[in-house]
Amino acid sequence: MNFSLTEEQTALKDSIGKFLERDYTFDDRWKVIKSPEGWSRAHWNQLAEIGLMALPVAEADGGLGGGGVDTMVVMEQIGKGLVLEPYLGCVVLPAALIRAAGTEAQRASLCEGLASGETLYAFAHTEPGQRYERASVALTATPKGDGYELSGKKISVLGGDCADVLIVSAKVPGDTVPSLFLVPAAAAGVTRHAYPMQDAQRGADIEFSNVAVGADSLLGARGTSQAAIDYALDVACAALCAEAVGAMTELQKITIEYLKTRKQFGRALGTNQALQHRAVDMLMHVEMSRSMALEAAVSVENPDAAARAKAISGAKTLISKACRFVGQNAVQLHGGIGVTHELNTSHYFKRLTMISVTFGDSDWHLARYGDALLAAA
Amino acid sequence: MDLRYSPEQQVFEKEVREFTRENLDPNVARKVLEGCRLEREDFLSWHRALHKKGWVGVGWPKEFGGTGWDATQQHIFDEVTADAGAPQLIPFGLRMVAPVIMNFGNKAQQDYHLPKILSGENWWCQGYSEPGSGSDLASLKCKAERVGDHYIVNGQKTWTTLGQHADWIFCLVRTSTDGRQQEGISFLLIDMKTPGITVRPIIMLDQEHEVNEVWFDDVKVPVENRVGEENKGWTYAKFLLSHERTGIAGVGRCKRIVKRLQNVATKALANGKPLIEDVRFRDRLAQVEIDLRALEITLLRVLDAEREKRQPGPEASLLKIKGSEIQQVLTELTMMAAGPAALPYVREGDNGAPDVAWLSDEAFRYATGHYFNFRKTSIYGGSNEIQRNIITQLVLGL
Repeated sequence: MNFSLTEEQTALKDSIGKFLERDYTFDDRWKVIKSPEGWSRAHWNQLAEIGLMALPVAEADGGLGGGGVDTMVVMEQIGKGLVLEPYLGCVVLPAALIRAAGTEAQRASLCEGLASGETLYAFAHTEPGQRYERASVALTATPKGDGYELSGKKISVLGGDCADVLIVSAKVPGDTVPSLFLVPAAAAGVTRHAYPMQDAQRGADIEFSNVAVGADSLLGARGTSQAAIDYALDVACAALCAEAVGAMTELQKITIEYLKTRKQFGRALGTNQALQHRAVDMLMHVEMSRSMALEAAVSVENPDAAARAKAISGAKTLISKACRFVGQNAVQLHGGIGVTHELNTSHYFKRLTMISVTFGDSDWHLARYGDALLAAA
Repeated sequence: MDLRYSPEQQVFEKEVREFTRENLDPNVARKVLEGCRLEREDFLSWHRALHKKGWVGVGWPKEFGGTGWDATQQHIFDEVTADAGAPQLIPFGLRMVAPVIMNFGNKAQQDYHLPKILSGENWWCQGYSEPGSGSDLASLKCKAERVGDHYIVNGQKTWTTLGQHADWIFCLVRTSTDGRQQEGISFLLIDMKTPGITVRPIIMLDQEHEVNEVWFDDVKVPVENRVGEENKGWTYAKFLLSHERTGIAGVGRCKRIVKRLQNVATKALANGKPLIEDVRFRDRLAQVEIDLRALEITLLRVLDAEREKRQPGPEASLLKIKGSEIQQVLTELTMMAAGPAALPYVREGDNGAPDVAWLSDEAFRYATGHYFNFRKTSIYGGSNEIQRNIITQLVLGL
């Protein structure tokens, strides 16, 4: 057992920390939010220079071969800084998909642009009328000529606003298991409706109408991609858990600071026991979350998919609840100022809320964990 | 970063498991697993088996006859023995007074008491709480007046767990009423056979005799039985409380209860189907299992910080609160799993058999009693509200 970061991981954490201090003040961030793209290519390139884009790509594919704990280190910093650049959507998630589903040749060719940060990928999976189910895919890929024609709609695609290449889950009529297709976002028949999300990150709904793709656009073999989808979404959940811990830790700190400085009735708010005990409960949620983010990070590489699913759903259950508790109470303890735009409290609250409902809320993951209990009974 | 046990730790785990299998009295294990009342001898037979092996001084340094195990080994020992149904080692001697004697006692006290704690010859109990001093422990009044080379002790202690079995009691007594109340407390070691001591049972809500009142009526205690300096006892008292913080979370025992609960939920029927198929029950079971895993990793983080001699972070202070909450949820869920079998009040007869014959499932026999009994966990060892006050001050700095 060992709870220490390696020297490389500590260096990575410090580099991102320095970047946040230098370039990610509240005002800088707000300027970026108001820009047309909603995030900054300059920041993206800086993060690529630190090595973030190459991090989750296997060494054999030209990356740094980072694992779950490395991603955890990065995502904690991203949570702490409320980073807008679509690292989860355009790097962590597609890297996991390509790693799990791609052929050797595909991994090598796709990862080059991914690891350098030059090509942005996004995973288009969720569909209208769906919640968090992972296997039901209605978008069709109809064989046509040497290739396929894709038709259907995807929603709430993280990084779908800016991705160069979409990795689209689709079903070939007659298949029971979905396939994955690589579709250039600029392909004929692809229409994106990009929008800012509640936490100022960007996403898109994407329509595919008779989009013609070649047979070589299949990522991996046809009708075999469910395991890769499950794996990649678990990786994404583990990353979200770490991001939540980074954001909650910071929000907890900000709240304690406020309790020490804000005075009412002639004394600091933090002298009131009702508020003190609430703050302690927040701290407990943060620390339990830190433990479970760790569990999720080390479980990502567990070759036993059922054990991985159980551990990660356990973590996401606990952390989704913690996101709500810490977020809501940070606002409550701040009072009126907590519901304004001018303080970053509300910005952390919004991001934590979005994390709690992304790729499965606490109910969904609790049910998935319960399914694992039932299967073992 | 790695949550798995190292190969050496796995070897150790196996060794503990084998030792426990060979040396734990199966009848004691059965009683523990079925939740029966344990007698003095049940605790002591396991204690003596460990002593013979040199494994009783868990957490003790080697120089005093301890195992010298690191924190992870201690956790493995706790987990493996709890899983097998070993009774908890009574903490009052081994985990509470012993570290105080090691750190603040003199050589004569160490030479006399520590070997007898290790061997199990002397059973200790704790004289902290008083009727008027619960959470506000420093307000305690039990008085010790210096007369020549003795203290004369008068007053009352309460909530004295298993005091009916005890040979010795460690007591916080008031030796001064000047200045702050914390500065007039001394720490005495008192032989329970001393004339003037009366132990009276307190029957708890589960109708069990686990705790006692201890009365002191002109009890003569030699001055050499004082640990450390006069009026400095509060420092030692606080040291003692912080020393048992990691043990009180009870992770090993909780893991055993969860395992049992899963087993029960698979066997018990609801609407003709196993209870675990009931989604409402399964959600509760899943949630407590997740919370327990979070607690376990948090405990391991604390132990790791101790091993690396880093200051344990805020996580250490949270263990008692979370641990007691989880224990309470688990006992409540077991009662719920029992359904109508939760209703009868079941006693053990002299032959060890329950007096409600139809309640054949041993898992449910004492479920409700345990639920009632475990309400104590969020109250003892400093109530969870007091723990929140401590975290407020020491961790949050509010």
